[in-house]
Amino acid sequence: MIYLDSAATSLHKPPQVAEAVAEAIRSLGNPARGGHPVSLAADRTVYETRRRLAAFLGCPRPDHVIFTSNATEALNIALFGLLGPGERAVSTDLEHNSVLRPLYALERQGLELAFVPADRQGRVDEADFERLLTPGTRTVVCTHASNLTGNALDLARIAELTHARGALLIVDAAQTAGVLPLDMTAMGIDVLCFTGHKGLLGPQGTGGLCIRPGLELRPFKRGGSGVHSYDPEQPAAYPTRLEAGTLNAHGLAGLNAALAYFSVVGRESLYAREHARMEAFYQGVRDIPGVTVYGDFSRPLRAGIVSLNLGDADSAAVADALATDFGIAVRAGAHCAPRMHRALGTEEQGAVRFSFSPFTTPQEVQAAVEAVKTLAAE
Amino acid sequence: MRPRRPTLFFSFAATAAAMEAERLCRAAGQPGRLVPVPRQITAGCGLAWMASPEDGEALRAFFKAEGLEYEGCHLIEF
Repeated sequence: MIYLDSAATSLHKPPQVAEAVAEAIRSLGNPARGGHPVSLAADRTVYETRRRLAAFLGCPRPDHVIFTSNATEALNIALFGLLGPGERAVSTDLEHNSVLRPLYALERQGLELAFVPADRQGRVDEADFERLLTPGTRTVVCTHASNLTGNALDLARIAELTHARGALLIVDAAQTAGVLPLDMTAMGIDVLCFTGHKGLLGPQGTGGLCIRPGLELRPFKRGGSGVHSYDPEQPAAYPTRLEAGTLNAHGLAGLNAALAYFSVVGRESLYAREHARMEAFYQGVRDIPGVTVYGDFSRPLRAGIVSLNLGDADSAAVADALATDFGIAVRAGAHCAPRMHRALGTEEQGAVRFSFSPFTTPQEVQAAVEAVKTLAAE
Repeated sequence: MRPRRPTLFFSFAATAAAMEAERLCRAAGQPGRLVPVPRQITAGCGLAWMASPEDGEALRAFFKAEGLEYEGCHLIEF
């Protein structure tokens, strides 16, 4: 099978990731739940992963790296921890439901909500952020790159506009952590939400948020913390404040191994490979008669995603034909991005998303281009 | 049980701080080790850095120099 669904999850990972998870399952106790050797071993693994992530993502303090099971949980923690009734938030049409549904729930509780619109190629005008950042706006929450088009936002510029109005910037980096340059301090990001199993090449069930020191979030869940057990309140210190319950130390051991791989190979070289495969595919399909490609390919930095449609064919039928006749795995449908599809005009048809990884080969790209040509000619 | 003796403990607000203490101390060759926090310090749970009383002054200076935040420094019979 040719796997071109890396925007959903990284199928191909460095082998040391699976080895680290297997070793962790055999050897680690419960982190922060004891002082014996196997519990301390889990503690050390978790803490080393915090340190690596803090360095990798530009978070000033390892104890402000909060672990969750995925980016969705991280975004829920950030949004419900910072926003409330009577406040105003600005977001964009590019967002995934992991941002939209928490925002809509908060809107039902009295949050005022405004969206920066996207055009038919999924682009936003950064000036719209300035227009919508009216006095009293508490927060801007936006994706770093669309999971449908791959278009990336200029976060440094958005942070500048956001902070000029005294608001906070929450970023969904589900598609970009481990892919695009990302330094929360240098870019002015207040809360950075990430997942471990996509661009970071770690296991599913890992993710988290990095919080700028000084920013106080309300606890999203409450429970066991391993400290202050007789205190009826969730402990105030980060990361414990936002990490009730046993952490996924086994998965984090795998993420730690993936981060060690990044430190040897380098994010830049991995991105260069992924970007080259995406660009080759884009160049191969863009002029095929009947093919419509969505997104802005004029900017140098973007996620490794090419979404397209063949005429008016149902995207599900195209994806099924690619899987059954060509052995190519892609994602059809709405991609949990309803506003983005409305902006592209693909609400009914959906789109066929091809997404690439550093491990995609040129031969696989060529096979995918030929498959699209064949289907488009039918 | 073994006879108790005066022992020094540094307690922390979160396990992450305890892990940072261990990392820093190991890297610098500072004395001590992590243990379950004694009940005289807190009747909850968690980890504390245990050391001999005579190492207390040097450890306090070391943590201060490293910017490591600890909740308390306790001398108890343990």
